[in-house]
Amino acid sequence: MARKIDLVFSDLEPGLALKKALAMKPEALIDTIKESKLRGRGGAGFSTGMKWEAARRSAAGKEACFICNADEGEPGTFKDKRILELQTSKVIEGMVIGARAVGATRGFIYLRGEYNYLKPSILAKLAELEKLGLLGKAICGEKDFCFDLELRLGSGAYVCGEETALIESLESRRGEPRNKPPFPTDHGFLGMPTVVNNVETLAFIPHIVLHGGEWFQEFGTKASAGSKLFSVSGDCAKPGIYEFEYGITIRQLLREVEADADTKAVQIGGASGFCASADDFDKAIAFEGIPTGGSIIVFNQSRSMFKVLKNFVEFFQEESCGQCTPCREGCSRMLEGILKFEEGKGNSKTITDLLELAETMSLASKCGFGQSVPNSFRTIVSKFRDEILSA
Amino acid sequence: MLRESLLMKIDELSRAYGEERDAVLPVLQGLQREFGYLGPEVVNEVARKFELSQTEVFSVASFYHFLNTKRRGRFVIRICRTISCALKDKEKVQHALEAELGIKMGETTGDGKYTLDYANCMGMCDQGPSMMVNDDLFAGLTPSKAVDIVRGYR
Repeated sequence: MARKIDLVFSDLEPGLALKKALAMKPEALIDTIKESKLRGRGGAGFSTGMKWEAARRSAAGKEACFICNADEGEPGTFKDKRILELQTSKVIEGMVIGARAVGATRGFIYLRGEYNYLKPSILAKLAELEKLGLLGKAICGEKDFCFDLELRLGSGAYVCGEETALIESLESRRGEPRNKPPFPTDHGFLGMPTVVNNVETLAFIPHIVLHGGEWFQEFGTKASAGSKLFSVSGDCAKPGIYEFEYGITIRQLLREVEADADTKAVQIGGASGFCASADDFDKAIAFEGIPTGGSIIVFNQSRSMFKVLKNFVEFFQEESCGQCTPCREGCSRMLEGILKFEEGKGNSKTITDLLELAETMSLASKCGFGQSVPNSFRTIVSKFRDEILSA
Repeated sequence: MLRESLLMKIDELSRAYGEERDAVLPVLQGLQREFGYLGPEVVNEVARKFELSQTEVFSVASFYHFLNTKRRGRFVIRICRTISCALKDKEKVQHALEAELGIKMGETTGDGKYTLDYANCMGMCDQGPSMMVNDDLFAGLTPSKAVDIVRGYR
């Protein structure tokens, strides 16, 4: 049984972790984060400590940038919004600690346009922390430690959650992902070495600094240290946000949220994630199991998985940035193919053709968006083929 | 709109966000809030201010769902189309609003007041169905709640 955890939403005295971080050498700080095995909570799961280390290495003497990715847009995800509502200063403190570690002097919180209503409270918190000397110039009295943090808003583009698209958007360009390499840690915002970390990832930083890297590994599994927030919606009695250690099985999670007794499927990781059916419910949610940014959507027997699939593909078709052909054309052709089933023109050959298209998209798309479109398609089609063929 | 008030607003916004290339998006966001949409004259003046081509500014303005390059209603109502809200009877809310306003999704009322549109996930998935009216977010909607909220914008 995975334990229920209360880290992200627990209160910390503002500045406590930062002061401890300032007493450490930046290299030691990075080692602590590496030791914790903290991995990005936004979905991609890259090692946070390694990201910081890479940025610090290429920053050496140059101006660096530290960005909080608050462009939470994956269908079914709402945890970052709640963190920014309830634990704003902890996230900002995580950023300041990160800025110290990599040597960044400039930073941004990139907040999705849908969360515009959070702007006044975030701005108030930035002003408050600056007044307390925990942000801005001469942080904690160290005259050489400055970090200017600015809040910027998105304007309704899912793809901007991809870090290089986010950077393009911050530069006021179209939110079209860049080729990698070079990675943002070498060449990010305006060419500066740049770290982009998710809101939830940053919320863990002050805790890890205070308690040490080894402590964080007490939670979770060997390959997935720590806990994870889940945003739960759909057919269950208790939707909402939950924090569990990694390794929780789908079955345990369904029990905790009081999912409908006739649960048929669970979409894990939103539209770009995987669909689990009853056979999968004993699998663990973890980087080595079923990975997720935290979106959990429950479907009971009354739901049409064809409609679910159609909803996801419509979403992708609309949100594809249109830059690379496999994704732009692929999303449109995939939607066309799926609509055939509604018109009574879809058959097993349609599915085979679309699976081939899915393979091409995952291999040839430029960024994680196009590469992950096939995840939900493949899993829903393989587990609920009857429902698709009879749609 | 008067060219003068447009230029004044652009100056005001660029004082807040700077005159570098990376200030274009926040400036466009501010102009949209002020004037409702980013028509050719807005795009042209922003291009002049930042010494960019009009095409470049338009390419940015037209990329983002929440920036409009064409005139839309004074109140843009966006209904969440994501699956979690769909499971909670979002369609009933949509039909009620279409009937109330006498328009279909994507259309604007004849008096230029309301536009009905979709948006993707707004992060209210545990409280759906949800919608936005301009920047304001509403969740836990029923058809009658949605109609009352929209009628409150005048």
